[in-house]
Amino acid sequence: MATLEIRDLHVSVDTENGPKQILRGVNLTISGGQTHAIMGPNGSGKSTLAYSIAGHPKYNITSGTVTLDGEDVLDMTVDERARAGLFLAMQYPVEVPGVSVANFLRTAKTAIDGEAPKLRTWVKDVNTALADLEMDPEFAQRNVNEGFSGGEKKRHEIVQLELLKPKIAILDETDSGLDIDALKVVSTGVNRFASQGDKGVLLITHYTRILRYIKPDFVHVFVDGRVAEEGGPELAEELEANGYERFLKAGAK
Amino acid sequence: MTASETLVATGNRAHSHGPGSPVPLQARNERPTSYDVADFAVPNGREEEWRFTPVKALKALFADEAGTETPKIDASGPDGVVFETVAADSLKVGKPQDRSAAVAWNHAAEALAVRIPVEAELIEPVHVNVASLGARGFSHLIVDAGRHSRATVIIDHTGAGELGSNVEIVAGDGAELRVVSIQQADHESIHLAQHDALVGRDAKLHHVVVTLGGKVVRIATNVRYAGPGGDAELLGVYFAESGQHHENRLFVDHEATHCKSNVLYKGALAGDNARSVWIGDVLIRAAAEGTDTFELNRNLVLTDGARADSVPNLEIETGEIEGAGHASATGRFDDEQLFYLQARGIPEDAARRLVVSGFFNDIIGKIGVPEVAEHLHEVIEEKLARAAELSASAKAVIGQ
Repeated sequence: MATLEIRDLHVSVDTENGPKQILRGVNLTISGGQTHAIMGPNGSGKSTLAYSIAGHPKYNITSGTVTLDGEDVLDMTVDERARAGLFLAMQYPVEVPGVSVANFLRTAKTAIDGEAPKLRTWVKDVNTALADLEMDPEFAQRNVNEGFSGGEKKRHEIVQLELLKPKIAILDETDSGLDIDALKVVSTGVNRFASQGDKGVLLITHYTRILRYIKPDFVHVFVDGRVAEEGGPELAEELEANGYERFLKAGAK
Repeated sequence: MTASETLVATGNRAHSHGPGSPVPLQARNERPTSYDVADFAVPNGREEEWRFTPVKALKALFADEAGTETPKIDASGPDGVVFETVAADSLKVGKPQDRSAAVAWNHAAEALAVRIPVEAELIEPVHVNVASLGARGFSHLIVDAGRHSRATVIIDHTGAGELGSNVEIVAGDGAELRVVSIQQADHESIHLAQHDALVGRDAKLHHVVVTLGGKVVRIATNVRYAGPGGDAELLGVYFAESGQHHENRLFVDHEATHCKSNVLYKGALAGDNARSVWIGDVLIRAAAEGTDTFELNRNLVLTDGARADSVPNLEIETGEIEGAGHASATGRFDDEQLFYLQARGIPEDAARRLVVSGFFNDIIGKIGVPEVAEHLHEVIEEKLARAAELSASAKAVIGQ
């Protein structure tokens, strides 16, 4: 069973006024079979954590470690991290003009598996994944994310999650901008992935709404670049009732 | 050229053409044309039509002198096509608009005419290969498609040397003619060309310019309409590497009614001093009611040190038109696309190839000639592999 370990992670970004520290010592362990929710106010560094684990070049790791089953993730290129079993569903999926979804998915699957998928089963798998996310099969012929609505982009991320079968999935505000029907479809997809038993999920969200559909085992409240409090699902219920106020006051001390 | 992409799409509204791209004071139809070399001074690079071009490298093609070679021309095609050798001034659909075109007109010994007979429907393409043999030469081609004919003519420029050329194209009434001009001489070669096309009543011309080789390649394409209902699709693909200058200048002159023109040129640039220039002039004359025109140029700048200039010009003398617009966008390689693809496990070099082939995908699909599309995919792959090697060795130097 896979384990993603984040230890004392410090991350900064370059700004016009010099480097700005965003993550200030994050500790988190996500094991296969677990669903973790990271919740926090805007600007607390939630997305920075997601992109730093995936290896976005904008973020400078100033100290700390990230390992996947003991392997040093921070030493890997972006594509090596994906091939090692990490997946980041992005908040703003990128358009790639002229590249069809079908070509993209096949190229990604071939890269992840190290061999091309068998044609007959692959086409069936793609169509099943699209159908599961209530997307028309014609999406396979469209260009990657081009002209997709916000909801279609998010569903397309979950289609990739189902097909690429990572060990650990990080979902960065996959719920934002979704109407209630799309939220249910996406949540069902995530639950299907998580229910395989050996998969780890790190769900990053600003709102408690998605936690009505995806039940986390652990909830971490993220404030000012670190985990301020941890607990079980009851912590999400408290946030639903009281918001982040208590934590923001604590952070302001 | 900016880090982010800018897109300007216009109708008849006033709009900016961006800094450094003034609309020329001279109306496009007032530019002089002549068969006499003496009517054109040797360009010094300050002229409107030469200001983007490295004229110093072009002296040999400005000199009013006979060539030092005759390029080797081979032509072949399916049953029905007729090849003839004719005098250079036998058709006169074209008229030189600059010094180099006039020199080429006067010093090409003769013209090769490719004739598609009336109502002939040729499935297989006609091939014309113009090979430079290492020296300075001139070529003159005529492609004359008879009324209601259908044909594809591929003109492939290869070899090494300095070539001045004129191509005259006639799409007869109701004809559908596809002309593909490929420039792939070696990287030290110079090629200056003028193409003049006359689109007949209800005819459809597909004109495709593919520039891959050469040190300086400049193709000026002019389109006129002989009657109403003509349709011209003008496509261009170029990929300038370090030290290459790829220039395309278009002029679509709408005078007949209910004609269409659709211009789409796409180019990539990689490497130090890779340079592209695209000038798209469209004139809708007062008589040209019902005109429908759009032109679009897109450039993808893959590395530092490359530069793309793009200047669309639209002159409209009547409001009674279906539509008129232009757009130009030059963007750097998008690192977010690269990150997205890599985050799905695709290695960096494969991700770059995917993005660039995606950029060219739509236009290659429109070319409509499978052998050309296949060849383009191959050459683009080779160019990307060279660009990747260059950037890898640059990184290695920095890392030392």
